[in-house]
Amino acid sequence: MSVPVQRFGDVWLRWLSALSFLVLWSAVAGLAKAPLLPGPGAVAAALAKLVVSGQLPFDLGVTLLRVAASFALAMVVGSAAGILMGKSRGVDAFFDLWLVLGLNIPALVIIYLCYIWGGLTEVAAIVAVALNKVPNTATILREGARAVDRELLQVAEVLHLPPLRRLRRVYLPQLYPYLMAATRSGLSLIWKIVLVAEFIGRSNGVGFRLNLYFQFFDITNILAYSASFIAVVLAVESWLMRPLERRLAGWRR
Amino acid sequence: MIALEVAVERKAYRREGREVAAISALRFAVPAGQFACILGPSGCGKTTLLSIIAGLDRAYEGSVRGPAAAGRLGMVFQTPRLMPWLSVRENVRLALEPPPRQEGRAEELLRDMQLGALLDAYPTQLSGGQQRRVALARAFVRDPDLLLLDEPFLSLDAPTAQHLRELLLALWARRRPTILFVTHDLREALSLGDRVLFLSAGPARVVLDLPLELPRPRAPESAAVEALRKRLMESYPDLLRGLAAPSSAESAA
Repeated sequence: MSVPVQRFGDVWLRWLSALSFLVLWSAVAGLAKAPLLPGPGAVAAALAKLVVSGQLPFDLGVTLLRVAASFALAMVVGSAAGILMGKSRGVDAFFDLWLVLGLNIPALVIIYLCYIWGGLTEVAAIVAVALNKVPNTATILREGARAVDRELLQVAEVLHLPPLRRLRRVYLPQLYPYLMAATRSGLSLIWKIVLVAEFIGRSNGVGFRLNLYFQFFDITNILAYSASFIAVVLAVESWLMRPLERRLAGWRR
Repeated sequence: MIALEVAVERKAYRREGREVAAISALRFAVPAGQFACILGPSGCGKTTLLSIIAGLDRAYEGSVRGPAAAGRLGMVFQTPRLMPWLSVRENVRLALEPPPRQEGRAEELLRDMQLGALLDAYPTQLSGGQQRRVALARAFVRDPDLLLLDEPFLSLDAPTAQHLRELLLALWARRRPTILFVTHDLREALSLGDRVLFLSAGPARVVLDLPLELPRPRAPESAAVEALRKRLMESYPDLLRGLAAPSSAESAA
């Protein structure tokens, strides 16, 4: 995992890329009939209206809370399971089949089963989304735990480091790249699955609202919601993930 | 007072399904504050012996008494084993109990080792010799009561190695830790130790226990060391291959 240094030229290229996307969008929207593909201007106007009315911020907030809860649950459970599997051959042999099962069961099936067994509740929704991510986190962290350098652990042992310090200074830094990879892939996966869970069994949130607009063929508002969503992802990426990564990988200069 | 009492009756490895004996009936005792060198042909089990004494390897028959009671343990491995995500300063401070009571102790020691300009560098930015010095500082900074060194000056240029030998002797003179110094360089052993234990080829056992009464300081290239080395090689021509005629053991010392 490398952190490329941003050069001045790269920033301009990024802006140019965004601009050309908007131009392309406008051009195609101009050619197509207006209701099927509204242009950037129409979507921006709809977005502004939704923000002012407070409806979009509310839906987005609800969805983000679900994302956060599911993500936290999936990371904690998945990391613990993955580390245990990576450390112990016995645990690994026992749970390997479960992992294959979990990785391949369709997200939709898990969501339906959770709603059937748990009712159409908030808890069922969050658990369903988290369950979709746990096997993925566990797989990545298992690789990480397998790659842990035993020689460095011996150093910690010789120094009689207390458990917490050993974890923070010697063990976890070896897992950071894997935790970052699990976080990255996890956010995008959970993001997508939360919407499915919302449109099947919740009465608020972005997924619920998109389904509503779909029934009215309201493409402008669907695109407005998508745009708000993408804005949040970009913000998380550039203000949370990148700085975090730079901090954790600072020694790899 | 005995600081260290080692009686490893048997230590074996499994290699390709077969048991290979690494150590057999290896017994010796080191009084508190003694500087003992261990010399033997490569692959004879010296590193294994240090792992056992450090408590990193518990799968052996026999007993090691002392290290737990001795107090703080310092160990220098054959490779530097620095944490790549910690700076030079942080690597050394890792060996101090938090909060470091002697503020600036790590920095002072690193300056002594001519690493003062590299306090905030990361290990990947250092040369091999610099990494070795950091590893030494990490062992010294604890003011260990028992210091185990596994060929610590290997592959250093002669002046640096000599400077570090002097630092080691200064530390030893100041604090009088018990030292076990593994090497395959006879001149180095003769110039440093109170005593040299010669080991056989694997499975390792002690073939000659040689007390040294040469006055210090003695450089590895000095005439006295050279004369002793010559005398030793004449009496035991096969000593460095791990062979010594037991009948003539007294005449050389």
